[in-house]
Amino acid sequence: MKLETLTIHEIVDLLKNKEISYSEVVDSVLKQIEGQNEKYGAYLYTDPDGVREQAKALDDKGVTPQNPLYGIPYGLKDNFCTDHMPMTCASKMLENFRPPYNATAYESIKNAGGILLGKTNMDEFAMGSSTETSYFKVTKNPWDLTKVPGGSSGGSAAAVAANMAYYSLGTDTGGSIRQPSSFCATVGLKPTYGLVSRYGVTAFASSFDQVGPITKDITDCALVLNAIAGHDAKDTTSLNLDKKDYTQCLTKDIKGLKVGICDSFMGDNLQPEIRAAIDAAIEVYRDLGAEIVPVCAQFLDHALAAYYIISSAEASTNMSRYDGVRYGYRAEDYNDLEEMYNKTRSEGFGLEVKRRIILGSYVLSSGYYDAYYNKATRVRTMIREDFNRMFDSCDVLLTPTTANTAFGLGERTDDPLAMYLTDVYTVPANIVGAPALSMPCGFDKNGLPIGLQLMGPVLCEETILKAAFAFESATDFHTQQPKID
Amino acid sequence: MDYEIVIGMEIHVEMATKTKLFCNCTTEFGGNENTHACPICLAMPGTLPVLNEKVLDFAIKAGLALNCEIQHYSKFDRKNYFYPDLPKAYQTSQFYYPICKDGYVEIEAGGKKKKIGITRIHIEEDAGKLLHESVDGTLLDANRCGVPLVEIVSEPDIRSAEEAQVFAEKVRNILEYTGVSDCKMEEGSLRFDVNLSIREKGAEAFGTRTEMKNLNSFRALGRAVQYESKRQVIDIKKGREIIQETRKWDDVKGVSSAMRSKEEAHDYRYFPEPDLVPIILSEERIEEARRTLPELPEAKQARYVRDYGLPQYDAEVLTASKATSQFFEKTVALYDEPKQISNWIMVEIPPFLKEKEISIEEIPFQPEDLVELLTLIQKGKISGKIGKKVLSLMFEESAGSPSQIVEENQWAQMSDAGELSDIIAKIIDENQKSLDDIAKGNKKAYGYLTGQVMKATKGQANPQLANQLIREMVEKKLNSRD
Ligand SMILES: [Zn+2]
Repeated sequence: MKLETLTIHEIVDLLKNKEISYSEVVDSVLKQIEGQNEKYGAYLYTDPDGVREQAKALDDKGVTPQNPLYGIPYGLKDNFCTDHMPMTCASKMLENFRPPYNATAYESIKNAGGILLGKTNMDEFAMGSSTETSYFKVTKNPWDLTKVPGGSSGGSAAAVAANMAYYSLGTDTGGSIRQPSSFCATVGLKPTYGLVSRYGVTAFASSFDQVGPITKDITDCALVLNAIAGHDAKDTTSLNLDKKDYTQCLTKDIKGLKVGICDSFMGDNLQPEIRAAIDAAIEVYRDLGAEIVPVCAQFLDHALAAYYIISSAEASTNMSRYDGVRYGYRAEDYNDLEEMYNKTRSEGFGLEVKRRIILGSYVLSSGYYDAYYNKATRVRTMIREDFNRMFDSCDVLLTPTTANTAFGLGERTDDPLAMYLTDVYTVPANIVGAPALSMPCGFDKNGLPIGLQLMGPVLCEETILKAAFAFESATDFHTQQPKID
Repeated sequence: MDYEIVIGMEIHVEMATKTKLFCNCTTEFGGNENTHACPICLAMPGTLPVLNEKVLDFAIKAGLALNCEIQHYSKFDRKNYFYPDLPKAYQTSQFYYPICKDGYVEIEAGGKKKKIGITRIHIEEDAGKLLHESVDGTLLDANRCGVPLVEIVSEPDIRSAEEAQVFAEKVRNILEYTGVSDCKMEEGSLRFDVNLSIREKGAEAFGTRTEMKNLNSFRALGRAVQYESKRQVIDIKKGREIIQETRKWDDVKGVSSAMRSKEEAHDYRYFPEPDLVPIILSEERIEEARRTLPELPEAKQARYVRDYGLPQYDAEVLTASKATSQFFEKTVALYDEPKQISNWIMVEIPPFLKEKEISIEEIPFQPEDLVELLTLIQKGKISGKIGKKVLSLMFEESAGSPSQIVEENQWAQMSDAGELSDIIAKIIDENQKSLDDIAKGNKKAYGYLTGQVMKATKGQANPQLANQLIREMVEKKLNSRD
């Protein structure tokens, strides 16, 4: 039995029945990491000895899993702080940074008994859509070594797709969980803004950033969400709500569920195979008894522009703390303070980060603030209204996650606009703060995964998970494995 | 041509909360470098601010005491600039929606009363401290990073150095009473920025203004205003243009000099702080703060005049600081002689405070002790003169109670008529010449006899009693001669 290909809930069942040991579980993924990470570049840092020790301790004690994540090894995107590993954000700026504190999401999983394998590669400071802006290494798509895994949580998605982790956590600011999930055939959820604490997760664009799971199926997605969702006094933007069990909504019965479809997500630039896969998915829903409702989303036209203005504005000031004074990289030679700042930031940040800092500083500068930042926030309000109006007539919105399947390594690195357009279907959920999920729904002629996105109103994770679970139960796309030698 | 000075002030006040604005670090002054700092203070990646709710109550109180309208909706913004004492490279402040607006302070300067408008009061965080003197270059102490401040912004209603000083002192006094700040100037709890311009008297439009930042004493404030207004008047008279700029006040040299001009001025790129939710204040919360607002100096002065019959001057001196008024009120509650107590607090105590370089909070005895001293004098146990000597010893370390001090020094007055009579009889017998002088009508000799009695009793004779007894006994003697 290839343990590493199993899901969290399958592994936990085996552990409960004492059919396998914790050591076997961690060995299964560590073996993958040891054999494949060099090729795929999913991880920046791993702690195999620590992981084996933890598993052995559990075996020695002979404990049975106390909850569904107990003893299950997972990966963390390298923008989560943990006090026993480096945290680089895939940037030279933080190459040697070790945080003395833990992200709340990590604490939650630790408390649930999860075993952290290591830190996964990402776009530098989560800015990018291909994981190619990482200062340290390129991550490759497990389905095709010549393609990108998507980004910015590309390492987290690739690790799960290549069975180097049972699940992972990523962050999604404009699609950074869903787009790589789409490219790698994993399930990726961006929860409602505020559902999961951002404490200890390096900020990119604070009003968009959201932590979420990348898993192999919908049940696992609900299990991980159970562990990480919840109020955190350390993050005042986190929502104070009662804890929920998101597995409760995983029933196959979706009769009467109103599934919205929208033409503006199905434009001419959509790859034909994706259109076909989405059309097929619509038919699956129809067969399951869902009501297919055409809806109109005017917001899509302006979403990307508003997103890049506001997120860059926030990013430009979030990046200011990396100044070489207290931690992180500092330039070697400088004559005065100004030069220390200039050299440190010029040498420490990569091109894409600099581009966002300049863009963000520009839209916030006096004389341009109203024309850009202010206008973008007004657009954001309009999009929110439009979005809410749309959900008067449907329960979930079904769209493709991306307009194209995974593109080639290096293909878009010189064309930032083409790279930004990658996010066009995913940013609306971030602008509105609403939940959205990507799951596999087919493959193109080259065998590259196609992602289906389900969006819902704020705090309707259960509706989305229910709709996703029904689709997953009626199809077998999630069971496909990339060919890994 | 007559010129008029136009001044608007910004007063930065450190709030007296126990913990910082956005984390649980202590705000305590002092402490070794970087011992009152955490990952949030140091702006480590992924850390987030959590608003200290206490700060809101303090800011509301400041607003109410300065007659402001408290805003039901306010929020934080980021003020972006790079400097090593500002770890996030942005100061979390309130720019677009401050917590208080539209207040005023009534001042009296040059014999005239006037209102100085308060444009706004907002909450913001303090920066750290750079230590330049080290051999290792410049070092950062983050202990002050994130200490909560209120910034009070006045209207350009101030017209002289005196008004500026009186306004600043009044604000300080009010904030101290409300408990919003300990207002310790020497710890930098209070700093003033001055925006100053000159215009022809009667003109409507404002002149070009300069800004002087971080004045940290009332004296520096007054001197800086005087210097800068003179400088601008001279330049205007000579036809030189005033440049809009930030100027640095050098209190040692007594001059201001240009720091940076408008062209080089920071573009702070203010925008709403996404890490903090808006502050929504209920009417109940504001009313609760209004209800618990302590009595402010002006109300206190009126009460002292009305209830204690004190002169207005006394009332003002006694309310000049919260500690002084507290000391007065505690004392008067135990001993119903307001004017007498006022005199001791206003006249007798201050020289010792000056000598010992302490403030009234640091007086090493209690109001009860002062009352004991005053009672000893009132009962004639000691003279007023001895009382002052007792007071001086009360300021010494490990001094006992006033009674103990009197006893240890054997300062109690001889008020026993019998004992004193024996001594006087002996002195009269020894000084027949004085008796003769008195008989001849030379009343001065009485003084000599009193002096001898005081000498014999080492000054402990109750002088009134002694005088009375001397007169009685001398007259008796002279009568018996006839
Ligand atoms: Zn702190």
